[in-house]
Amino acid sequence: MYPFSYVKAKSLKEAGEFLAAHPDAKLLAGGMTLIPTLKARLAQPSHLVDIGGLAELAGIKEGAGKLLIAGGTRHHEVATSDAVKKAIPALAYLANLIGDPQVRNRGTIGGSVANNDPAADYPAAVLGLGATVVTTRREIAAEDFFQGMFTTALAPGEIVVRLVFPVAKRAAYAKFPHPASGYAMAGVFVAETATGVRVAVTGAAPGVFRWKEAEAALGRNFNPAALAGLAVNADELNEDIHATREYRANLVAVMARRAVAQITGK
Amino acid sequence: MAKVEITVNGVKHSRDVEDRVLLANFLREDLGLTGTHIGCDTSQCGCCTVHVDGLAVKSCTMLAVQANGANVVTIEGMAKNGALHPIQQAFTECHGLQCGFCTPGMIMAVAGLLKYNPNPTDEQICHGLEGNLCRCTGYINIVKAVKRSAELMSGKK
Repeated sequence: MYPFSYVKAKSLKEAGEFLAAHPDAKLLAGGMTLIPTLKARLAQPSHLVDIGGLAELAGIKEGAGKLLIAGGTRHHEVATSDAVKKAIPALAYLANLIGDPQVRNRGTIGGSVANNDPAADYPAAVLGLGATVVTTRREIAAEDFFQGMFTTALAPGEIVVRLVFPVAKRAAYAKFPHPASGYAMAGVFVAETATGVRVAVTGAAPGVFRWKEAEAALGRNFNPAALAGLAVNADELNEDIHATREYRANLVAVMARRAVAQITGK
Repeated sequence: MAKVEITVNGVKHSRDVEDRVLLANFLREDLGLTGTHIGCDTSQCGCCTVHVDGLAVKSCTMLAVQANGANVVTIEGMAKNGALHPIQQAFTECHGLQCGFCTPGMIMAVAGLLKYNPNPTDEQICHGLEGNLCRCTGYINIVKAVKRSAELMSGKK
């Protein structure tokens, strides 16, 4: 690691002000992506501003058809929360697939969505459920928040405070993990929401995206068979030593069918 | 430099540490607790697993300053009064190790798993140990050792 100065923030306000005054400072929450990045010398921040453990970023609440999860909530808490399991069981299931137990004990939902790793799991749920990202400055719809590989609508110094998930009628997540890293080679979140069926895909492309053709087909007939013959455009998917873009396109279709089958039981 | 006060295995330590020092290095180099191993340095192998405020974490992926004020338990804190912890006993009985390099991290991860799930199935054990790599055993005897740990910890001899 290159040297940096560590700063423990006492409040979100203090953290935001520090970031505004120090353009090369970085936020530290769980550190499950940032610390490995620093160890590999892929980043050289001047300061790390630690917002881990801030009371303002803690807590899960449910009410009025919405599930509110504070940005500092660790994956393990989401995976084991009774409120999450009751309101959106697919979200608790997804959280339990992230990384490994030690990572889930440290990593936070706010950090994950702010990082927007193209193979991360949470972006699929945030986009698939049509959640709202509440920051220190504004509310951002999932569609506007995720802007491609490691890119979001967050402005410098803007911090994710909480995620607001509308409670879906039914939802499921199916993931094909990379056998070594555990990251999604393809992960598909399917939700039947008040505004229709939503299908969000992570891992396969440079960023999370909605598969509109699958949404339309499932809107007409919510059944795995409705997806027969549908395929995402392989030209827009990632290709690397692990999988060709055609292979990933096939995985997306298979994961979508599995997610729907989890819901319908067929 | 930062001043930290960290309780490790029940003993409070006050030290000045460089901001970028990892908890794993702090434990090994500042406190001489070399039972916590560093296997991969890329946050994958889990050899460096310790408990911070009761949760299993990879100490190579956490700064020592982040543990300021925390209560840390390492493999050296598991045996009590010369008697092995039941998980250590079970790994011994079931031959849950060969070279032993991954074992401290395995044992701390198992302790974390059994805290939330005192009687896990084989599948839950495998999922619960996904953050720990073993290059010798093929995991078969590790899974057996976890089941035996659960028996010993529930009072079965």
